[in-house]
Amino acid sequence: MLQFILKRLGLAVLVALTVSFISFSLLFLSGDPAAALAGETASGEDIEALRRVYGFDRPMLVQYGEWLWQALQGNFGESYYFKLPVASLIADRLSVTMTLGVCGITFALLTAVPLGVAAAIKPNSLIDRVALFLSVAGQAMPSFWFGLILIVLFGIQLGWLPPSGASTWRHFIMPTIVLGYYAMPAIMRLTRAGMLEVLNSDYIRTARAKGAGEGRVLFKHALRNAIIPVVSLAAVQMGFMLGGSIVVESVFALHGAGYLAWESIARNDLPTVQALILIFSMFYIIFTFLADVLNAWLDPRMRSS
Amino acid sequence: MALQRIADPLLEEITGPNPRQILRKRVTGHAGLLFGVGVVLVLLIIAILAPVLAPHDPYAQNLANRMVKPVFMGGTWEHPLGTDHLGRDYLSRLIYGARVSLLIGTVAALISGVIGTAMGVAAGYFGGKVDAVVTFLINVRLAMPVVLVALAVVAILGGSLQVVIGVLGLLLWDRFAVVMRASTLQVRRREYVAAAQAIGASTPRVILSEIMPNIANNLIVIVTLEMAHAILLEAALSFLGLGVQPPTPSWGLMVSEGKNMMLFEPWLVLIPGIVLFILVLAINLMGDGLRDVTAPENRS
Amino acid sequence: MNDTATPLLGVRGLTLDIPMSSGVLHAVRGIDFDLHRGETLCIVGESGSGKSLTSLAIMGLLDKNIRRSAERMEFDGIDLLSASRRQMRSLRGDRIAMIFQEPMTSLNPAYTIGDQLMEALRLHRNVSREKARARAVELLEKVGITAAASRLGQYPHQLSGGLRQRVVIAMALMCEPELIIADEPTTALDVTIQAQILSLLVELTREMGVAMILITHDLGVVARVADKVGVMYAGELVETGPAADVFGKPLHPYTRGLLRCIPQPGKTQRGAELGTIPGIVPSLIGDVQGCAFRTRCPHAIDACRDAIPERGTPPHEFLCVHPDGARAAEGEPA
Repeated sequence: MLQFILKRLGLAVLVALTVSFISFSLLFLSGDPAAALAGETASGEDIEALRRVYGFDRPMLVQYGEWLWQALQGNFGESYYFKLPVASLIADRLSVTMTLGVCGITFALLTAVPLGVAAAIKPNSLIDRVALFLSVAGQAMPSFWFGLILIVLFGIQLGWLPPSGASTWRHFIMPTIVLGYYAMPAIMRLTRAGMLEVLNSDYIRTARAKGAGEGRVLFKHALRNAIIPVVSLAAVQMGFMLGGSIVVESVFALHGAGYLAWESIARNDLPTVQALILIFSMFYIIFTFLADVLNAWLDPRMRSS
Repeated sequence: MALQRIADPLLEEITGPNPRQILRKRVTGHAGLLFGVGVVLVLLIIAILAPVLAPHDPYAQNLANRMVKPVFMGGTWEHPLGTDHLGRDYLSRLIYGARVSLLIGTVAALISGVIGTAMGVAAGYFGGKVDAVVTFLINVRLAMPVVLVALAVVAILGGSLQVVIGVLGLLLWDRFAVVMRASTLQVRRREYVAAAQAIGASTPRVILSEIMPNIANNLIVIVTLEMAHAILLEAALSFLGLGVQPPTPSWGLMVSEGKNMMLFEPWLVLIPGIVLFILVLAINLMGDGLRDVTAPENRS
Repeated sequence: MNDTATPLLGVRGLTLDIPMSSGVLHAVRGIDFDLHRGETLCIVGESGSGKSLTSLAIMGLLDKNIRRSAERMEFDGIDLLSASRRQMRSLRGDRIAMIFQEPMTSLNPAYTIGDQLMEALRLHRNVSREKARARAVELLEKVGITAAASRLGQYPHQLSGGLRQRVVIAMALMCEPELIIADEPTTALDVTIQAQILSLLVELTREMGVAMILITHDLGVVARVADKVGVMYAGELVETGPAADVFGKPLHPYTRGLLRCIPQPGKTQRGAELGTIPGIVPSLIGDVQGCAFRTRCPHAIDACRDAIPERGTPPHEFLCVHPDGARAAEGEPA
C-alpha cells in the first residue's frame, strides 16, 4: 500500500512538472513574447527594453527554471493587466471556484448515484429510461447555452433566482446545476453499469441466500463494491469541472478563477494565464492522486497488497 | 455416429440467422442509432448544399430589418427564422453554421484520431517503455484543462478556423489513445496475431492487417463521440469570443451574439442552441448505437 | 427411508419457463421429488439440464423473468409457492442454506470473512457481536480452518479457493439449517481439494443431521454420498430412486448411458473404452413433445414422440415408454 502511494506520488510529481513546462512554453507560442506584450504599435526599442526587463533575452530553459523556482515558492510574477501579484489575484478568486466545484460535484453525485442505482435495479423501467434520457441530453447540452436558458427562465421570467453574481448562496444554485449536470451523465452511467455488474455477481446471490433483505443487499453488499470506480471518476470529473468553470463563471458573471482566466486570456495577461493553467492542472493531479489512494483503501484487494 | 437422421422437430432450428442478418436486425431495431444517423445525414446534406438551400446571403446585413421575429412568432416567410442584430437572415446563418460545426468536428476528430490511435496502438502492441511513455503522456494531457489551454492558444495565435481545428485536434486525442491502447492489448493476445507473427509477418503488417481491422469498431465509436466533443468545444470557445471570429456564422457565436438581446428576444439564443443540441445529440446517439450494435459481447 | 411420512421438502410438478425472444424456454418441466430429514439427495445431469435452476427455485432466488409454477412445493409444512418475500427471507440462510459453485466469487470482496460469517447469524438471530464471533470461530474450526480467530479479519482474496469454500460451508451452517442445497460445491476446485471439501460437507451434514440436496455432474461423488438419486435430462427428472437401486438397476436409457461414461472398479475392464452418449441436448424452446432424449436414444421408437407416462414402482421411478426399458437394462453390458 505504502509502495503504491509512493509510486503514485512520484508519477503525480512528474506529470505536474511536465504540465508546468507546457504551460510555461505557451508564452513562447506567439514567437516573441516581448512583442506581444508591447502591442502592435510599439517601436523596436520599446520591445528591446521590455525584453530586458522581463528577461526574455535569456535561454528559455533558464527562464523556465527561474519561473518554476518562483512558482514553487508561491510567486507567479505580476499580472500585466492588473499590475498585482498573480498569486494574490488568484487566491482572491479561488474560493468562488472551489465553492462552485464542490457544490457542482455534490449535486452531480447526489443526482447521478441514486438515479444510476435505481436504473440498475429495474433495467428498462420508466426510471431507467428517464435516467438514460437525462444522461444523453446532458452529454449533448452545451453548458453555456443551458446556463443562459436557466437565466432566462428562473432568473428573469420567473424571477426566482438572481441571474448573476456571487454574493449569496442563492447565486450559486443555477451555476451548480449547470456545472453538476455536466458531470452527471458519466457518473450516472458508471454507477448503473457497475451496479448491474455487481448485482449479477455470485456474492450478491450469496447475500440473498443468507436471507438478507433487498435494502441490505443493494446498499451494503452491492453499492459498496459498485461505488469504488465511481470515486475515481468523481475525482476526474471534479478536475474537469474546475477547468470547465471558465464557461459557467463567464455565463453567470461569477468572479472566480475561471472568470479571471477568461479576462486574462482576452487581455493577453500571460503570467496570470500560465499560473491558472498550472493551478487548474495541479487540482486535477491532486484530486486524481487522492482518488487513487482512496480507491486503494476502499478496495481490500489493493489495501493489503 | 449414432445420431439418427430422423425428421424430428427437436432437431430443427439448429441453423440460425447468419451474422449479417443479425447485424441488420440489430441496426433496424435500434431507434437511437437510426435517429442519430438520420439527423446527421440530413444536417450533412444541408451543410453541403448550403449555397443552394440558404434563402439569403448569411453575411448580408440589413440594419433596417434588425431582429425580425421568426415566422412562428409573428414574422414573415421572407425570414422564416427572423434576422439577427445586424439584420442578417437567421436561417441562412444557421445553415452555413452547420458547415462550420461539421467541418470542425470532422477534421478535429480525424487529427486527434490519427494521433491518439498511433499512440494507443503503439502502447498496446509494444508494451514496456513505449506503453509507459504513452500512459504518461495521456496523464499529462488529462491534467491540462482543455478549455483553458484551447482559449489561451487561440488567443495567442488568433481565432481562425484553422487554428481552432488545429488546437482541438491536438488536444482531443486522449480518449483515442486510452481506448485504442486497451483494445490493442486485448487483440494482440489472440491466437491469430500470434499466428501471423509465427509465419514471419512484419510488425507493420501485423498491426495493419491483424490488429487494426479488429479494433476498427471501437475506433469508429470514439471518432463519433470525439466529433461531438469537438463541436461542443468549438461552440464554447466561439461563445467566449475566442473561437471562430465574426462574421463567420458559428452556432456558438450566434448564441453569444444573441445573448445581449436575450431578455427581449430569447429565440435568438434558443434557436442556435437547439440546433447545436440536436446535432450533438444525434452524433452521440449514433456513436452509442454503433457501440451497441457492434460490441462483441452482444454477438450471440 | 420412509416415504409415507411427511417429507421435509416435497416438490410436485415444478415447472420453470423462461420467455426469450425466440419463444418460451421450458427449462424445467414438471419435476417431482421428496426429501426427508437427514437425507442426501443427489441431482445429476449435464450442464443446462435445469439442476441449478431447480435449486434456485426452491430458494426463491430465480431471476425475475423466470416463471415458476408447481402443483406443490412445501418445506416442513410451509407452502413455498405462496410464501411472502418476508417469509422466504426468514427461511433462507436460517432453515435452508445454500452453497454455490464458485468459491472465488461467492464471497463479497469488500468485507472480511468474519463480517460475512457473523452477518449470516445476525440476520436471523438476535445475538451480540461477541456471540456471533464465537460462533464463527467455532464453525471455522469445524470446517478445518486453523487459526480460526485470526482468519476472521481476512478478506476473501487472501484465501485460497479451497479455504474459501470451507468458509462458505461454515457460513451455510451458522444458523444450523435443516436443509442445505449445494450446487456443484467442488467443481471449481482443484481435484485434490475436491475430495476433501466433499467429504467435509458430507461428514458435517451427517453429524448435524442436515438434509442435503447435492447438485453435481460427478457420478463418482453420487455413488459415495447419495441416499437418493435424481437423474435430470433436458428439464425433467427422468429417473429417481434410492441410490442403490438407480446404480444397481438403472431403468432409463439416459441413466444407463451416464453410468457407462464412468469407469467402475471391478466391472470396467482395463483398456476398455468408456461409453459416450452421442448427439446433443435438444433445444427446449417452444413446445417440447414426447421424450426429449429420443434423438440420442438407441431404443427410440415412434411412441417416444407422444407424452411419456411415469413408470416403475415407487420409490424407483422413471420416464420412458420403451417396452423393454427395464429388461434391456439387465441385458445390456454395464
